[in-house]
Amino acid sequence: MVSAMEIYQLTPKLNCKKCGLPTCMAFAVALLAREKQIEDCTPLLEPKYEAKLKKLREVMAPIAGATETGLIIHDERCYGCGNCVVACPVNVANDPKGSAIGLGPKSDRVILVVEDGVVKCLNPKECRRFGPNRILCNLCTATCPSKAIEFV
Amino acid sequence: MAVCTGCSLLCDDIEVSIDGRRITKTKNLCRKGFGRYRSLSSDRSVPKVDGKQVGIDAAISRAAEMLRDAKRPLLFGWSCSTLEAQRKGIELAKRTKAIIDDTSSICQGEIVEMVIRGEIPTCTLDDVRNYGDTLIFWGCDPSSSHPRHMSRFSYFPRGEKLQRGHEEDRTAFLIDIRASPTAKILSGNFVQIPPGGDADLIDAMLAVLDGKIPRVRDKKAMIAMMNTLKKADTGVIFPGLGLAYSLRGRMDRLKALVDRLNEYTKYNVIPMVGHYNMRGFNQLLFDETGFINRVSFADGIDHGPMYSVVEASKSCDLAMVVGSDPISSLPAGIAKALARVPMITLDPHRTLTTELSRVVIPTALSGIEAGGSALRMDGVRIGLDPIVKSEYPSDEEALSMILGAI
Repeated sequence: MVSAMEIYQLTPKLNCKKCGLPTCMAFAVALLAREKQIEDCTPLLEPKYEAKLKKLREVMAPIAGATETGLIIHDERCYGCGNCVVACPVNVANDPKGSAIGLGPKSDRVILVVEDGVVKCLNPKECRRFGPNRILCNLCTATCPSKAIEFV
Repeated sequence: MAVCTGCSLLCDDIEVSIDGRRITKTKNLCRKGFGRYRSLSSDRSVPKVDGKQVGIDAAISRAAEMLRDAKRPLLFGWSCSTLEAQRKGIELAKRTKAIIDDTSSICQGEIVEMVIRGEIPTCTLDDVRNYGDTLIFWGCDPSSSHPRHMSRFSYFPRGEKLQRGHEEDRTAFLIDIRASPTAKILSGNFVQIPPGGDADLIDAMLAVLDGKIPRVRDKKAMIAMMNTLKKADTGVIFPGLGLAYSLRGRMDRLKALVDRLNEYTKYNVIPMVGHYNMRGFNQLLFDETGFINRVSFADGIDHGPMYSVVEASKSCDLAMVVGSDPISSLPAGIAKALARVPMITLDPHRTLTTELSRVVIPTALSGIEAGGSALRMDGVRIGLDPIVKSEYPSDEEALSMILGAI
């Protein structure tokens, strides 16, 4: 998973403020949090930064499919064990007769479900990590045996 | 709701959408179970006699003929068949005076036998979910072998008396020779032992319980672990193949530990059975003969290691394999010995065993195309309902036809 520092190394490091942020480091953090787009950095689109732009697009590609909460599921690594489904505190609160007691989810307000042997994210807005007042809950990633779930 | 026959957890909360014979969407199936469902339309076997495709009736009558002529047949497999099919299998073994054995003789047989005989206490997986606050996974990797074990029954779910689940109410230890995927979840309570070091670890655990200093590198961690085990309300040990192989012939060590722990609090054992109905076959044969596997009906009821698939494959003159692939899974020497014997195979899929068999009888995929019932790893009976129609008979029907034709 790419870090803010790696992204910063690929910015022009001009601190020109054209993106609306005070520094390139702040832009790197905003880019990782998906609050800014690569195109917001206009100097980066100049021909002399072509190599950096290409590399930046490459490192940003794996996190393109992240949800609003930054959740990425690597389908190829998932065992479909459902540990995350049962451990997720929101799933437990919203689905006390289903995923809370180890069964398949019975409520449509759950965040994580297992379909076709792989975990899927359904309601990212219910996640504790959603919105400005987010809690950095990590129970789904901590209970994954294969590191198939990551947060950006 | 459908039942998954991918492993011995027999998950009965599966939702499946079907379009004709095609599975379009499944919910709650782990990757292993999904593979089982997806196999519905891949690599299915066809009726064959001597390598040539024939009708199912011709294959069955040839199989019956071979069984009638055999002097010392071996009937092997059974762990992936329903209880009803297994019952027919035992009847067939009696009728043909055959040796009957299942995969437990090269798997968890010794531990399952102790559980069935009542030598060590056991409980159901529902008891584990509701009351099991201290768990030991020993020589197993449930994340890989039984993916939904920890999420559905043992570690993560909230139970009747354990409302806070794994977060506060449950403690699980993992004892294994390698840092398996399960070790990533239980990293704080992972005890790594050298291969074959299980008996030494049991000695160290018993030493702590006797108030002695254990002979292990990290004495403090061992004493802390034993203190946690002693404080449990309901403890459960899940022995896997690692422990079964390591303690082969020395299962009294495990029994000694369980007995000693039971002096402090309640401890149960649930073996991590692999195939979905191995426990069922063991129970049926035990009820019938008093032994769980390795039985010969040649002269009354006889039991012994010489009737295990490993030994019997060298002395039998015909092998009938039901729902198993011994040629792939057994060591090369034994597989070669078995391959020299004429084989009759009943299997829904093409396997190395079906490829080397004289007679192949395709059967319906139990739990998906054929109904019946099976025993979960903890001995609870689960009913299976078919969700798709099959053009081939179930194991039970095929065995009934063979019995009728002999």
